[in-house]
Amino acid sequence: MTLIHTSSPHTGRPGHVGGVMRQVILATLPGLAALVWYFGWGPLVNVLWASVLALVFEAAVIKLRRRPVAFYLKDYSAVLTAVLLGLALPPYTPWWVTLVGMFVAIVLAKQLYGGLGQNPFNPAMVGYALLLIAFPVQMTQWAPPVSLSGDNPGLLATLKVIFELTPLPDAFTHATPLDTFKNKGALTQEELWAQVAGLKDSFGAWQAVSLAYLLGGLYLLVRRIITWHIPVAILFALFMVSGFFYGSDPSNFAPPLFHLTMGATMLGAFFIATDPATAATSNKGKLVYGFCIGLLIYIIRSWGNYPDAVAFAVLLMNLAVPFLDYYTRPRTYGHKKANKGIRG
Amino acid sequence: MSRIWSFQGGIHPPENKQQSLQQPLQPLSLPERLILPLQQNIGTPAVPRVNVGEKVLKGQCIADPGSHVSVFHHAPTSGTVSDIGMYPVPHASGMDALCIVIEPDGEERWAELEGIEDFRAASKKDVAEKIRVAGLAGMGGAGFPTDIKLHLSDDHIVTTLIANGVECEPYITADDTLMRARAEEVIGGLEIATHLIQPTHVLIGIEDNKPEAAMAINAAAARSPLDIEVVVVPTKYPSGGERQLIKLLTGVEVPHGQIPADIGIVVQNVGTLAAVYRAVHAGEPLISRITTLTGDAAERPGNYEVLLGTPVSHLLDEAGVDRERLSRLIMGGPMMGYTLDQPGVPLIKTSNCLIAGTQEEFPPAPPAQNCIRCGQCEQVCPASLLPQQLHWFAKGREFGKALDYNLMDCIECGACAYVCPSNIPLVQYYRFAKGEIRKEQVEQRKAEQARQRFEARQARLEQEKEEKARKRRERAEAAARAQTSRPQPAATNAGAQASDPEAQLKQLKTQAAVARTKLKKAQKALEQAEATGEGDSQALAAEVAAAQARSDALEKQLQQAQQQAQADPSKEPDLKALKVAAAVARTKVSKTEKALTEAEQKGAPSAEKLRDSLATLRAKADEAQRAFEEAERAAASGQEEDTASPALDIKALKTAAAVARTKLKKAQRALSDARETGDTEQIAEFEPQVRELEAQAEKAARALAEAEAAQPASPVEADLKALKSAAAIARTKVKKTEKALADAREKGLASADQLETALAGLRQKAADAERALQDAQPRAGAVEDA
Repeated sequence: MTLIHTSSPHTGRPGHVGGVMRQVILATLPGLAALVWYFGWGPLVNVLWASVLALVFEAAVIKLRRRPVAFYLKDYSAVLTAVLLGLALPPYTPWWVTLVGMFVAIVLAKQLYGGLGQNPFNPAMVGYALLLIAFPVQMTQWAPPVSLSGDNPGLLATLKVIFELTPLPDAFTHATPLDTFKNKGALTQEELWAQVAGLKDSFGAWQAVSLAYLLGGLYLLVRRIITWHIPVAILFALFMVSGFFYGSDPSNFAPPLFHLTMGATMLGAFFIATDPATAATSNKGKLVYGFCIGLLIYIIRSWGNYPDAVAFAVLLMNLAVPFLDYYTRPRTYGHKKANKGIRG
Repeated sequence: MSRIWSFQGGIHPPENKQQSLQQPLQPLSLPERLILPLQQNIGTPAVPRVNVGEKVLKGQCIADPGSHVSVFHHAPTSGTVSDIGMYPVPHASGMDALCIVIEPDGEERWAELEGIEDFRAASKKDVAEKIRVAGLAGMGGAGFPTDIKLHLSDDHIVTTLIANGVECEPYITADDTLMRARAEEVIGGLEIATHLIQPTHVLIGIEDNKPEAAMAINAAAARSPLDIEVVVVPTKYPSGGERQLIKLLTGVEVPHGQIPADIGIVVQNVGTLAAVYRAVHAGEPLISRITTLTGDAAERPGNYEVLLGTPVSHLLDEAGVDRERLSRLIMGGPMMGYTLDQPGVPLIKTSNCLIAGTQEEFPPAPPAQNCIRCGQCEQVCPASLLPQQLHWFAKGREFGKALDYNLMDCIECGACAYVCPSNIPLVQYYRFAKGEIRKEQVEQRKAEQARQRFEARQARLEQEKEEKARKRRERAEAAARAQTSRPQPAATNAGAQASDPEAQLKQLKTQAAVARTKLKKAQKALEQAEATGEGDSQALAAEVAAAQARSDALEKQLQQAQQQAQADPSKEPDLKALKVAAAVARTKVSKTEKALTEAEQKGAPSAEKLRDSLATLRAKADEAQRAFEEAERAAASGQEEDTASPALDIKALKTAAAVARTKLKKAQRALSDARETGDTEQIAEFEPQVRELEAQAEKAARALAEAEAAQPASPVEADLKALKSAAAIARTKVKKTEKALADAREKGLASADQLETALAGLRQKAADAERALQDAQPRAGAVEDA
């Protein structure tokens, strides 16, 4: 009998990082299913293709860093990054665009900083933002909802388009509601809804996808993988600010429900902004972080150059996280007030 | 039912308490030997009172407290002290410490015990003393001496007394068992504690996973005359932490850096209270306790009444622990306990639980992964810290930041490490950082002291240097003043010569010396040539003549210059130089005389020349002597006229008086010696001497007194100086004492009070000295002005 000599505590809650990541991936499935249901096989192919790339890039870099490859791949963090980027890409994104995005996300945005937990910026969003800036044409060709295109292109046809064996048919492209709204020109909102064909169908499809994401997000909350602070703060800020402007000029500004359910709002609020490695630390900090993301989403959507803004809003706030962390520390037991600022 | 508050964080680990509750409390058989560590708690170790080989009775005191925060120890059974030495003790480090070993005789003979019949009638001091001599220390945690917590000074007004029956750690059921079996004793102890500290509120906190214990305590509390509130709190780890329990039951947080007593709250473990009851009512010292033995490797897990000092191995054997399956032996609970390296260590006053865990039950921790900043640790931290930030800081050795993030408020409960999905041993990081910080602080204190010492020394040296420079300056100024005060010469020699006659003189002197040397060399060469008959002696003779001429010319010049310098009325006749010159001249004369006799004896041809030079040298020597004597006369007359320096006068007079006195004394002694020996000749010789010296000494003393009386300024000056130094000394003393006081306060020494009183006195003295100095200064100024 040899007795083990270790430091307390001697017991721990079962579970590890890989488990947490798998739970998050699991929670994205309703959203993915909704996307496939409404927009065809494209998103599924994107997610799978991105996942393969993520594993390859991650393994290669870990090998280069001379770390145990299997140990690190099992944390599923690369796959989660791939899933999130895959969900954000347009359904028929060419294969090489995804490849560039995953390279940037895994190698540049994550591993060059030291791997999991060391990256200051959300890897999936760095990849997405780079693609949006570098390949605007490919990145803005969203597919029409199946109800509009009539029939759902088969898996094989989708694969052929994505891997550029056949060119992208015109019928496969369609502006998203956010795009339509952005480019509505002098039209009032009422005219827009009346005149633009398929806007209502498209709106309905996006709402369903958002609801699916919301469902997955609630699952994460119940499993205590994320706390309520960031999603609630984002949705609250977005609701308040869009409500204010919609109230002041309803024909020019979109209603709050439109902002909450269109684009990547729900995906961002529950899955992207809550990435713990790049978000604020304390509960108070998370509230400020989320609120600012909500505000930025609205500001960029309404007055910026891009129709959607989740990636930019999250990245901008990632930048502010260290600062937020210094000023939003909790009050320690027995202390009159919390310490603030940079000292020591 | 009182309100229950909540504290932030906390976890719900599997309780694992049922295993050890399957059988009732049972006694443990007597082990072969008992090992009693002299230090079983925080504070200082106890001092043994017994010797090896001594017989002891059960309950007999065997060790006295080593200081204020230290406790008595007693023999748990009757027997013989077989050894006092170093044995392994239960400690996280697995170290050895001084222990008293007792071999039981199996008779269990008790020492005479004396309790207090009615503690309410006894004085608080007596009751507290009873608890002290029973060797009671907190049985739940760090083992703080119980009597100190229950006998507070008057500036602690206690409003709330809390009995801690929470026992929140998994596995442990010792307090649960105690409350079930001895609820009356717990309540009895609570009554005594209440009598001692007179709280307005008495609470017992019990977690809701111990309903039987709560029922027993409720029943006992109902029979008590006291109004005791039994509060059942929800099960959550670490509710049993003192500060967490206070928050839970009162809603108040113990401020950072303070103890609960500072906010009027005292918390006592239920086990300690039961021991208090026994100590006061029966006079029974703390010699046994209830310990939980549990874990999957134990065949008969349960609670055992163990004698203190019982080796862990004895308990393991009694409980049927399978040594093959045993992989981790934990003293305490699984959250905060520490592992034992060997089962030979004894059970002590704070040993509430022993877990004999198997490999399956406590598997080795999986390898740590990267921190993903998930923040789960933050959600469970009962101190509202940011554990992951602290982890980064500890890892990066950023201890300043760790301190700013209140690392020192961490209670090391292990909740953060428990929930960490990356399996990071967070508590280890915090312990490491705390240790490093404490080390750094000690080093910093040392460095600070060294710096102060160094700076003080530098300042002192600097001051001394300045003082010297000042004195030098003053002397130089005084000299300059003295010189300018003399009448200037009516006419100064024109030209560069006059501007610096001294330098001129020096130069001439050097030239003359060089010429003389050359002349000597030439003469020697000539002599050699003449003696050996070699070389051109004629040429050499010519050279000698030339050298002689040059030397003579320079000598003449030099003499003229010297005369000029002497004639210069501004030039003080340099007595010393003249004296030296005269002496040198005399020496030269004598040397030449000797050379001349030698030459004459040898019949050398240089004798003639030597005779000539001797004549001139004699003339020179006479001249020098004359000049010196003249100058001396002039100086003497000048001194008589000079009245500028009375202080110097006084000094000289003082010296003279002292010298006269000494001489007188010597003579007197010689005279008395002579009288003793009866040497009439010597007596006759010394008597007039003594009389003369007496007269001289008297004269000198009178002269000194007169001079002093004639000089009013000097005593004031001296006074001022003395006052200044007195004030400075007083100030230094005050400073030193202040520093000593600060040190003493920091260390909590008893001498601080004394120092304080002394400091007050010194401050008064310093102020007095300062005032006296200030008074004297204007006076001195007035005298100077006058």
